[in-house]
Amino acid sequence: MEAVLFFLAAIGALGGALGVIAMRNPFYSVLALIVHLFSLAALFLLLTAAFVAAAQVVVYAGAVMVLYVFVVAYVGGGGESAWEPIPGQRFLAPLLGIALFVELAVAVLSSSLLALGTDGPDVNAGFGNPAAIGRLLLEKFLLPFEASSILLLLAAVGAIVLASNRRDGERDTPDEPSPNREEGVSLSP
Amino acid sequence: MNTDWFVVLSALLFSTGAFGILLRRSPMVILLCLELMLNAGNLALVAFSRMVGNGQGQVFAVIVMVVAACEVVVGLGLIVAIFRRRLPLNVDDLRELRG
Repeated sequence: MEAVLFFLAAIGALGGALGVIAMRNPFYSVLALIVHLFSLAALFLLLTAAFVAAAQVVVYAGAVMVLYVFVVAYVGGGGESAWEPIPGQRFLAPLLGIALFVELAVAVLSSSLLALGTDGPDVNAGFGNPAAIGRLLLEKFLLPFEASSILLLLAAVGAIVLASNRRDGERDTPDEPSPNREEGVSLSP
Repeated sequence: MNTDWFVVLSALLFSTGAFGILLRRSPMVILLCLELMLNAGNLALVAFSRMVGNGQGQVFAVIVMVVAACEVVVGLGLIVAIFRRRLPLNVDDLRELRG
């Protein structure tokens, strides 16, 4: 049963990942990523990480993907140019991807981690539930927790600054000061 | 399921994301592929956490999720700023910073 669930979720995750790359329209890429994220949440549940799975669905598949959908709707799906800056990029990229996979798989599987071939130790029922994660976050990992909250605040402020409307005026007259601004200066006493 | 299945799947997803970054030229899709790579890392972290039988790896995964959310916010802000300046949304044309 567990193996069936694992392979179903793995097929979903891999199919979603390939769909992100293969779709021409960025909107469909976002939808494929949502499939990928839900499959990944199922994998997290198989690994008895209930809180991480819930956070994955709520934060990622919920909030972040809505942000993506909004930006895709705002920007629109531009077609990619057929021009290749590196000759043979379409053939080199899969080769490099496969090489990276082989390298990673060899590096992991040939490591001396003896527990890789096991299911892991038996854990109690509370393993990975919100209470356990919360206790770890607020006791052992308090500093990373607070640092990540500051990081979130900085990212929010940075996004507002980056995407603010103020840049529109700069774009219209990039080099010379705008006449309206000069008028304002001359009118002021 | 053994842990190595999860770790190999994570490596596969990571290389799929890297492949997408190498192949695609739209900044939006490149951000999505970055998400794939970060999520593959998360899967490996949670799998190793289960292998050791210790919940600390899951805390690591949650922090990675926070960092990924920040990366998305800043990246999408950059894309909106590029779009507002009427610049082409293509990483090959945005090469002014290249050395």
